[in-house]
Amino acid sequence: MATSSNLILIAAAGAAAIAIGVASTHVPPDATEFVTIAAGSFSYRASGEYLRDGVAVDAPLTTVTFDRPITIMKRQVSRAEYQGCVDDGACKPIDDAAPEGAGGLPAVGVDWHDATTYAAWLSDRTGRHYRLPRDAEWVYAAGERFSDDALAVDGDAGNPAKRWIAAYDKESAAATLDPQPLPFGSFGRNANGLLDVAGNVWEWTDSCYVRHATHGAAKDSAVENCGVRVVEGRHRAYMSDFIRNPRGGACSVGPPPSNFGIRLVRDDESGILARLVAMARLLGIWRT
Amino acid sequence: MITRRQALIGTTIAAVAAASRSPVLAAASAEDVANLAHERVALVAPPLVHPHEQATSAKPKVVEFTMTIVEKEIVVDEAGTKMWAMTYNGSMPGPMMVVHEGDYVQLTLINPETNSLPHNIDFHASTGALGGGALTLINPGEQTTLRFKATRPGVFVYHCAPPGMIPWHVVSGMNGAIMVLPRDGLKDGYGRPLHYDKIYYVGESDLYIPRDASGAYKAYETPGDGYADMIAVMRGLIPTHVVFEGAVGALTGDKAMTANVGETVLIVHSQANRDTRPHLIGGHGDFVWETGKFSNGPLKDLETWFVRGGSAGAALYTFLQPGVYAYVNHNLIEAAELGATAHFKVGGTWNDDLMKQVSAPGPTVAE
Repeated sequence: MATSSNLILIAAAGAAAIAIGVASTHVPPDATEFVTIAAGSFSYRASGEYLRDGVAVDAPLTTVTFDRPITIMKRQVSRAEYQGCVDDGACKPIDDAAPEGAGGLPAVGVDWHDATTYAAWLSDRTGRHYRLPRDAEWVYAAGERFSDDALAVDGDAGNPAKRWIAAYDKESAAATLDPQPLPFGSFGRNANGLLDVAGNVWEWTDSCYVRHATHGAAKDSAVENCGVRVVEGRHRAYMSDFIRNPRGGACSVGPPPSNFGIRLVRDDESGILARLVAMARLLGIWRT
Repeated sequence: MITRRQALIGTTIAAVAAASRSPVLAAASAEDVANLAHERVALVAPPLVHPHEQATSAKPKVVEFTMTIVEKEIVVDEAGTKMWAMTYNGSMPGPMMVVHEGDYVQLTLINPETNSLPHNIDFHASTGALGGGALTLINPGEQTTLRFKATRPGVFVYHCAPPGMIPWHVVSGMNGAIMVLPRDGLKDGYGRPLHYDKIYYVGESDLYIPRDASGAYKAYETPGDGYADMIAVMRGLIPTHVVFEGAVGALTGDKAMTANVGETVLIVHSQANRDTRPHLIGGHGDFVWETGKFSNGPLKDLETWFVRGGSAGAALYTFLQPGVYAYVNHNLIEAAELGATAHFKVGGTWNDDLMKQVSAPGPTVAE
């Protein structure tokens, strides 16, 4: 229910919006292009680990429905864009010095906190709401570029090694890329129009690692660990949120992602309201 | 004054020494050697090893090998870092040679005109002339042939040792290993024979690649161009990479080593420059010749073994469980951050008696 003060705010902001429309650009336009993917349903291979009666199994295929379109960056955040957040004092600098010409390449060497901070900074700066995609959103946007991590290995409770070897082979086959960041578009465009999906830069999602367990008739369990997030790219990975540069070797036998980068979604479902609030903010009408 | 007891001990020692020296090791005349059979053996790139008998009833022979020295730019990690490698036969490490005690190794070493540097070879298994180094120094466009008698059974390093620039050549890839098997094969220390179904040769290298002011690894036009910079990094003694088979990931993924449950694998591990400590994660060393010399009985049931810089060791293991094993230098910083990780993919049937997950991970349960 709208209160009278809300109504006043909206009315004032509406007036401002008209004024801005004339004077243009108090709300900075998006520096990068966005792609809007229509609302709809799709078959989603759930993220996380699944155990049935104590034995690792493929995650279930579920139907996920998006009631509203998803608006997502056409390309990943660039090094120069990320540097803007660093220069503003909001984001942590990337560890490695930027080689010449790296500004126009995807930002890599960022952890989940960096990615989240960047989204908050961009939201604050533009008045729009940007955030990391949830895993299901990423998979929906990735379309045909999503790498299904089902192994389709016979559930052999007596020999867990079959699954380990199948996972090792699958990941090894997918991860033989030069990690050097390349210009946007180097890995092509998917059917939804996104650039470089499943190239050599993996993308942080906002989804937490969850271990699901089912035991016959007993109650299912799910243990969530939000210190570990789902990372998407040529294969799905689970990474601690403070890791900027993944490393393999020693006990972790699967090949690690090549790089971590950022691609954000923009929440437009409350677009008009968000825009009005942003304008109100800019005009000093509403302080948060 | 020599007591009777001392005299007896002396006699015993002399007898043991005589018994431990097989007749094939008695000095042979040039004519004797000229009458020996020759066998030409084609070398293969590591981690594979050329076919060979584990024990032999044949008479000693002259085993002929040829190695061509190749200077070439290689990529050592997934970031595309380049290095000018100096290699025996194009591989890093060089190929492993296998002969039997009492055989003669006859190596023809070729330094093609396309190379830029002089090279030679020092066999730790040989006796005299700086391991052959003093007799084999060749310039680009030259070749030489060396013969030495394999008098001591074991796995031994060989490496390049040109005057004035030995460590640079060695850490640039010019090293390998030779295995001199006892004529009657490997033993468990109690005289019982040991066999292997497979053999892998893992050559570990410590690399010292220079960086520019921004921290990026540098590449050079020629090996010589990078010399001074690399020496500066080497003198810090902290490698930028520690790798098996010349590159990070050279023995992982589709290049992982393989075995099956029940198979016995001999893993020969060489490090021509720096100490290392091989460890098979999830397995063991059933019989380990840590110093690599087969006249010393093997150590048993090891978790990690020590390979001294400038030597090779050998570990025999029968796989008992299927799965993916990591074979690492168990300085885990070197394994995970610098590259010293290999994998074994092992097929077969799981043994619940050896290990079983009694309760899969799940929510904590109140006591």
